[in-house]
Amino acid sequence: MPNVKKDIFHLLTKKGIVTLGLLLLIWQTAAMFNSPDFLPNPLQTLKGGWEIIRNGVLFNYVFISFMRIFVGWSIGIMLAIPVGLLIGQFVIVREIFEPFINFFRFVPAIGFLTLFLMWFGVEEESKIAIIVYATVFPVIINTIAGVAGISVIKLQVAQSQGASPFQIFCTVTVPASVPYIFTGVRLGLSGAIVSIVAAEMLAAQSGIGYLIYTSRLYFRTDWIFIGILTLGLSGYFSDRLLRFFGRTLLRRYGVK
Amino acid sequence: MEVDAIIRIEHLSKTFAPLGKNDKEQCVLNDINLDIAKGEFHVFLGWSGCGKSTLLNIIAGFEKKSSGQIIVNGESIKGPGRERGVVFQNADAAIFPWSTVWKNVEYGLRIRRMPKPQRDEIVKRCIDLVGLNSHENKYPDELSGGMKQRVQIARSIANDSEILIMDEPFGALDAQTRRLMQNEVINIWEKTGKTILFVTHDINEAVYLGRKISIISRAPKATIIETIEVEAAYPRKLDNPRLAGIIRKIQGFFDSEYNI
Repeated sequence: MPNVKKDIFHLLTKKGIVTLGLLLLIWQTAAMFNSPDFLPNPLQTLKGGWEIIRNGVLFNYVFISFMRIFVGWSIGIMLAIPVGLLIGQFVIVREIFEPFINFFRFVPAIGFLTLFLMWFGVEEESKIAIIVYATVFPVIINTIAGVAGISVIKLQVAQSQGASPFQIFCTVTVPASVPYIFTGVRLGLSGAIVSIVAAEMLAAQSGIGYLIYTSRLYFRTDWIFIGILTLGLSGYFSDRLLRFFGRTLLRRYGVK
Repeated sequence: MEVDAIIRIEHLSKTFAPLGKNDKEQCVLNDINLDIAKGEFHVFLGWSGCGKSTLLNIIAGFEKKSSGQIIVNGESIKGPGRERGVVFQNADAAIFPWSTVWKNVEYGLRIRRMPKPQRDEIVKRCIDLVGLNSHENKYPDELSGGMKQRVQIARSIANDSEILIMDEPFGALDAQTRRLMQNEVINIWEKTGKTILFVTHDINEAVYLGRKISIISRAPKATIIETIEVEAAYPRKLDNPRLAGIIRKIQGFFDSEYNI
């Protein structure tokens, strides 16, 4: 019998149920000593959340934020992969562009917010520009690493099969870099989510970041919690979804 | 010097530049001269680290020589070339994991933009030749070590390489599979008449396979001590007195070279 007990407990820890229970317990306990405006308890938060789910605000904001992320992230990927491949492949391109990249990758996307608002206006373009910026660097850097990490033997195989440098690039370099590019794309997505929230807090009239920031003005601390929860969950599940696509569609390229 | 040499190696030397200030330059290969006739099964035998892989890499065109010449079909080589197909020891790195067996074998033909009907015919024939039929649509991670080496061999033959360069191709295989693959190589060699350059450190493997065996001395300044001709029909039995004698003779070379 003790073994069965142990197994059940392990199952609960493994599935994260123990973690969740602990979190709720701590949250509930802490909420008992504070007013709901300062720290609402889990049930109050859920009630508040139900309000904005019912009137459609939450889903609308999630949709808006993720549309921004999706558009900016897609553009970012399409810009970054060719640049990363070229930098990885050609020493001259690397020597020209690497200093730029190593400078700007330490400047967070949100640092460009005011500039982008000036350049691209207060509408969607400036937010998308922020996302593009946040996506580009992890993708470029990982793509470069992918090109650099190709086994010499694969290149030698292509050479002795009579492939030209351009053919080697297309048939060996690109496919062999896919797992690294995919890692960059995943990191780009998390960077995009972090940046869009910050951008929406400072310069938007909608989106999850806007929800978190403005709820404070209405003393709706429960909505802030809902916003944070939504952010964590949607980020978690979008990464899961992305990995699922990677595993199924790109498995042959070594994506795990 | 033979007249119909497909490969002629003249005064080939290779030195590596010194790594640090107090380092001397390393002479790996010293004045190698060799003619290899068309259709020959030529084995290079030497102990680990003797420079035999460097020699093969230079012949394949992957590494630059320091001096001397390598002439293939009357022309001095300038890099890798399709006429010299390479079968690498590390099959996992050498076949493309994102392509099926068929696509891997087809690679060189696609590169040359050969029309599909012609391509299909050749790939089919080469896959049959190495005994991979019914595995065409498998991916490399579904193949055993021996099967991966078959893919590499089929790929070079499909691409119409006259010369097969094999660098310890069966080193990573278990004893049974290795023997199976050795017989397979002999079989393919007899059927296709390709020129095979085969590197090994295993005396038994050398004598089992090679019609000519070049024994390479120890590094640095490795060179060919002697090239032995082994005239015996395949499949060979190594306990045959003549072959056993050759094995003892080669062992003798190594014993005196390494002062065992």
